Amino acid sequence: MRKTLDLTKAAVPLATFALGLWVAASGLLDQIAAYWEDIVYLTEQHMVLVAASGGAAILVGIPVGIWLSRPSMERYAEYVMQVFNIGTTIPTLAVIALSMTLLGIGFAPAFFGLFVASLLPIVRNTYAGLLAVPAHLKEAATGMGMRPLVILWRVELPNALYVVFSGVRTALAINVGTTPLAFLIGGGGLGELIFTGIDLMDTGMLLAGAVPVAMLAVTVDFLTGQSQLRLVPKGVNPLR
Amino acid sequence: MIRLDKLTKIFETPNGPVVAADKVSMEVPKGEICILLGPSGCGKTTALKMINRLIPLTSGRILIDGQDTAKLNDVELRRNIGYVIQQIGLFPNMTIEENICVVPKLLGWDMKKARKRAAELLDLVALDPNHFLRRYPKELSGGQQQRVGVIRALAADPPVMLMDEPFGAIDPINREVIQDEFLKMQSELKKTIMFVSHDIDEAVKMGDKIAIFRAGKIEQYDSPDNVLAHPANRFVADFVGADRTLKRLRLISAGEVADAAAPVIGAHGKASEAAAMMREHGAAVAVVTDADHHPVGYVRIEEAEGSGAAAGEIAHPLPATVAAGADLRAVVSEMFAHDTMWLACVDETGRFAGTVTQPAVTRALGETYRQAQAA
Repeated sequence: MRKTLDLTKAAVPLATFALGLWVAASGLLDQIAAYWEDIVYLTEQHMVLVAASGGAAILVGIPVGIWLSRPSMERYAEYVMQVFNIGTTIPTLAVIALSMTLLGIGFAPAFFGLFVASLLPIVRNTYAGLLAVPAHLKEAATGMGMRPLVILWRVELPNALYVVFSGVRTALAINVGTTPLAFLIGGGGLGELIFTGIDLMDTGMLLAGAVPVAMLAVTVDFLTGQSQLRLVPKGVNPLR
Repeated sequence: MIRLDKLTKIFETPNGPVVAADKVSMEVPKGEICILLGPSGCGKTTALKMINRLIPLTSGRILIDGQDTAKLNDVELRRNIGYVIQQIGLFPNMTIEENICVVPKLLGWDMKKARKRAAELLDLVALDPNHFLRRYPKELSGGQQQRVGVIRALAADPPVMLMDEPFGAIDPINREVIQDEFLKMQSELKKTIMFVSHDIDEAVKMGDKIAIFRAGKIEQYDSPDNVLAHPANRFVADFVGADRTLKRLRLISAGEVADAAAPVIGAHGKASEAAAMMREHGAAVAVVTDADHHPVGYVRIEEAEGSGAAAGEIAHPLPATVAAGADLRAVVSEMFAHDTMWLACVDETGRFAGTVTQPAVTRALGETYRQAQAA
């Protein structure tokens, strides 16, 4: 067992090295590098879309989740969540397409489509996370004389934060992965290189779009993972 | 002091109104622990939670230290009442220090003062502040968490505490330890405490008074000894159990029934002298003590009679001794274990404090019945 592990460990850098050699030898690197200016320009566009739609989804989703979890909403929250759940089943491509029929082409429909697609996991996790905070914690907090807003801020949110963060992480992963589709409705971004590359059967162009998208996705997930690790209080963080 | 005046709670349910508390009136004197005892669903927890308004009352009044609490707002009221629940309810996202400082912080204390208080309180329950202040609740054992739960309620030094089955979730061994610790704390702090329990043994041990609830009404409100010795009705008698007189053993300490005038003689004293004392006292044995007045053995009257030896020479070893502070349950248990009718009782320093005999125990338990008959 130990030996096989060591072998796998050695195999990974070796394989990476071999792949690098092959890529360099095949001239693919030069082909990708040819699009360097496009890559820089489109990556920026791509990141603006991700940041704007993802950020907006967080800013809207968390308050909506909190609002649905309040006792005054108890009777309606499940119905609202059902609507959100049905929303989740609609494929993101369809959401983008629908958004185009409403808002035309360009940044606005792309932003809106991505916003809707990332909103759902955030609302769902915020709502579920807050409901999962044990009732006795809220009872203790109330019994000690905390006001409802203080309970939300100091007891409920910190205890739900890990689940909320998981929702944000899922949402951003969906968001980054879906953003290339924005090109289809004129929203720009790295999808331009990918889809054009496919159409022209130009592997270099295709990779010039796909590799940065992949790297972006990995980076965003790493960053949200790190903030989940560091921002969620130690006492309620299963990662620490 | 806590006074409940015709406290009533009616829950409106789809199946019609349910009366959870029916004109409950009672008074807990300052510095005493009152146990609300009863089967589940009897309204004891409802009564408790109406005091800090976690459950709004339907009618009636609650007075704390003579002041009608209706004049206070919810938050003000709750911050001045310590509250301990069975599930402990420590906030897992906060350190132990932050947990203890919650109410002081709400009351706007200086943080330095609050932190100092947290460390003092941890000391009070024998948890090392240096070790525990920065810990999170999940890093503590259940018993340690419940200790913190109790001191968190004490943080702002409230005059009144409400405890809802606070030791219910702890294993029996740790529960005894925490109960003892709590009683020791209470003997210094003298809080006025309402304490919900469904365990008669806990009630007898912890309570200055016991209120027995059934269907929202108080069936009996009395001292533990009276509840056990003179249950007000069949329900109370059944609830406290057929062995209720045995439970009263816990309420009396060995020192209270020990006969301090029992014959005792130094090891170098004459056996005949001991015999004379026993005859005079009508006792069958005399305890033999060493120079420090520690009991070391005993002599029987028939052996001492006419003997010329020193008491120490013909003494038999003592089967066991009991501390004056021990309760009679422990004493009787020792007697049964050693098949003896009497035991020597010693004070904290180990000096002889008298003998406890089985007839004396029986007499002590029966005293209350004779008084009741005479009255």
